[in-house]
Amino acid sequence: MFNILSNENIAPAIFRMKLEAPLIAGKAGPGQFLIIRIDDKGERIPLTIADHDERCVTIVYQVAGVTTHRLSEKKKGCYLADAVGPLGRATDIERVGNVCCIAGGVGIAEVYPVVKAHKSIGSHVLAILGAKNKKLIIFKSELEGLCDEIFITTDDGSLGEKGFVSGVLERLIDSPRHMDLVYAVGPAIMMKVIADITRPSNIKTLASLNTILVDGTGMCGSCRIDVGGDTKFVCVDGPEFDAHKVNFTELIARQGLFKKQEDHACRIRGILQ
Amino acid sequence: MKKQDPKDRIKNFNEVSLGMSEEEAIKEAGRCLFCKEPRCSANCPVEIEIPRFINAIKDKNFDKAIRIIKEKNNLPGVCGRVCPQENQCEGACILNSKGRPINIGALERFAADQELSNEKKAFSLSCPGPLDSARGKLRREKPRAGSQKVAIIGSGPSGLTCAGDLARLGYQVTLFEALHVAGGVLMYGIPEFRLPKTIVKKEIEYLRSLGVDIRTNFIVGKTSSMEEIFELGYKAVFVGTGAGLPRFMNIPGENLNRVYSSNELLTRVNLMKAYLFPEYDTPVNIGRKVAVVGGGNTTMDSARVSLRLGAEKVYVIYRRSEKEMPARREEIGNAKEEGVEFHILTLPKGIIGDEKGFVKGMECMKMKLGGLDSSGRRRPMAIEGSEFIMDVDTVVMAIGQRPNPVFLRATPVLKVDRGNKIVVDPETQVTNIEGVYAGGDATYGEDTVIAAMGAGKRAAIAIDGYLTGTKGGAG
Repeated sequence: MFNILSNENIAPAIFRMKLEAPLIAGKAGPGQFLIIRIDDKGERIPLTIADHDERCVTIVYQVAGVTTHRLSEKKKGCYLADAVGPLGRATDIERVGNVCCIAGGVGIAEVYPVVKAHKSIGSHVLAILGAKNKKLIIFKSELEGLCDEIFITTDDGSLGEKGFVSGVLERLIDSPRHMDLVYAVGPAIMMKVIADITRPSNIKTLASLNTILVDGTGMCGSCRIDVGGDTKFVCVDGPEFDAHKVNFTELIARQGLFKKQEDHACRIRGILQ
Repeated sequence: MKKQDPKDRIKNFNEVSLGMSEEEAIKEAGRCLFCKEPRCSANCPVEIEIPRFINAIKDKNFDKAIRIIKEKNNLPGVCGRVCPQENQCEGACILNSKGRPINIGALERFAADQELSNEKKAFSLSCPGPLDSARGKLRREKPRAGSQKVAIIGSGPSGLTCAGDLARLGYQVTLFEALHVAGGVLMYGIPEFRLPKTIVKKEIEYLRSLGVDIRTNFIVGKTSSMEEIFELGYKAVFVGTGAGLPRFMNIPGENLNRVYSSNELLTRVNLMKAYLFPEYDTPVNIGRKVAVVGGGNTTMDSARVSLRLGAEKVYVIYRRSEKEMPARREEIGNAKEEGVEFHILTLPKGIIGDEKGFVKGMECMKMKLGGLDSSGRRRPMAIEGSEFIMDVDTVVMAIGQRPNPVFLRATPVLKVDRGNKIVVDPETQVTNIEGVYAGGDATYGEDTVIAAMGAGKRAAIAIDGYLTGTKGGAG
């Protein structure tokens, strides 16, 4: 049983949960994730470790289905049946000079540990954060305190520039701005667009993939994805891959495998999608 | 032995085989000739004294029967159900020459179920004392206080057996399991209708009663490394991490939606109870026409699970003929009775998808059998120009597993072969590292539950020898 120390609603439909899990916290590296299961009837879902201290891990999630909805109803002092990790390979953090971290939606929380790690070894970090509107730009003060430069975009222009993260990236590349590494985490379509932008200029680009998975240890193959013609398992080979080689069309299709079932479960439980 | 009617059972996940009644069991036990040199016991990988326990059933002393079985086998309810007895004890029974062998599997299951149905008695009557590993007999001693710690990695059949035997020898045993429940393939792989999960859980409770400490949600190689396990004071480690990495065929279209590995389908259904969705949160998306590729027990399990999930047609696709199928005849028979259609001498060439990325068909080729190959079976050869499209909307790849990579990648000091299987001494199960033993599917590829248990047993004896200084430990 894993003790919930806090579960705050930090933005519309977005929650930040702090979980007491010393074994996971003690090993957590940037870019890694854990799997939680709420109770005996719960499913196993992966969540990126957004932050950690010696005993606790922080996860940030958007309510998008039955499990995240049920998670959002958990109060401080409640318990989760299971948490296991850290899973996946940690991000390779080497001093490369200029790093551009791009994040969309809850990806903003997920990019935080990666930014922190790059800063800790002295890289110059530029961040581009995007969301639908001002309220959904989470972790703003945390990232402002860390990044050397920060650009914010919103679909409606309520904060920063009106538009998408891709617009800022294109402009920066054209300016021209030297980038040694682009790191992208967020919706699959966002990562696809970023890969398409950086491919012609051959800027090394990593994408942190968010596939469906069950066990997280390479056992089921639910998370498999075509990367440069080879099938890779996101849980054990990833979650980060060379974005120029990832088959994002396949990723987007595979993310929709259970959409009908999930919509049905939400409907009968009266959870609005 | 009675079975659920096929028409009914394809609509539920309840156990297919209904077991023997007391009367049937006593009658069957009465047929045993009680051979002086029983070939059944000699062909049991864990050497159960079969005629002794059958004799106890004959005398209606069911408590004694289960005690005799448990001297050698910590998981009788499991083995009575899933062992391939036809190749082991029953296959060796002297009565084969005169007709029908003793149904030893059913009798073992009967004894186990008798006990499990009477839980109060279970622990008091059937917790034998520590095992004297040298003689293989019971030595009724209490576990020694302050005894040495042994870590078992993975709680499948080999790990459970090794853990149970070491606990009975008085060691402090901790079982580390990556998933949220113990049992490994017994929980995620074998379906409820062949092995009810309550049986597995009760047998694991029995191990707990022997003093085994079970730590779920703990991935050795991620949560802690093997070196850290030793630093925690464990004096020996047994690795039973199983064969949990699914094989695919590497044909076009394999990453389409509704192409599953058998592992994924079975894990969703067995471990996560997707057949009870949406009461349980884990979904599974099965279409109307399912092709299951392969010829093993997992293939049959996947096909029969698909039927129970509501598929209208389920096809088994196998490139050789039925004779070469590695699955148990009983399981092939069960699948056929339930309406699974067999397409033998058929090889998938590619999977065809629709515009949304879902399976809409599978291209196959017809095969013919040629001369013998290295496995001693006739080699399948493609018939040119025989390509055809099979109308299916779901494909399950049940063509085998490779060893799980998580532990191995984190433990590069461990010697593995080219197939990533851990190299062990077949007598002691010791690896190339002193104090580290391994067994089950992580070592020799895929085999049976009972073969893995046999390896766990050999390892327990060797670990005891190593820790008491009676035998060397390094391989």
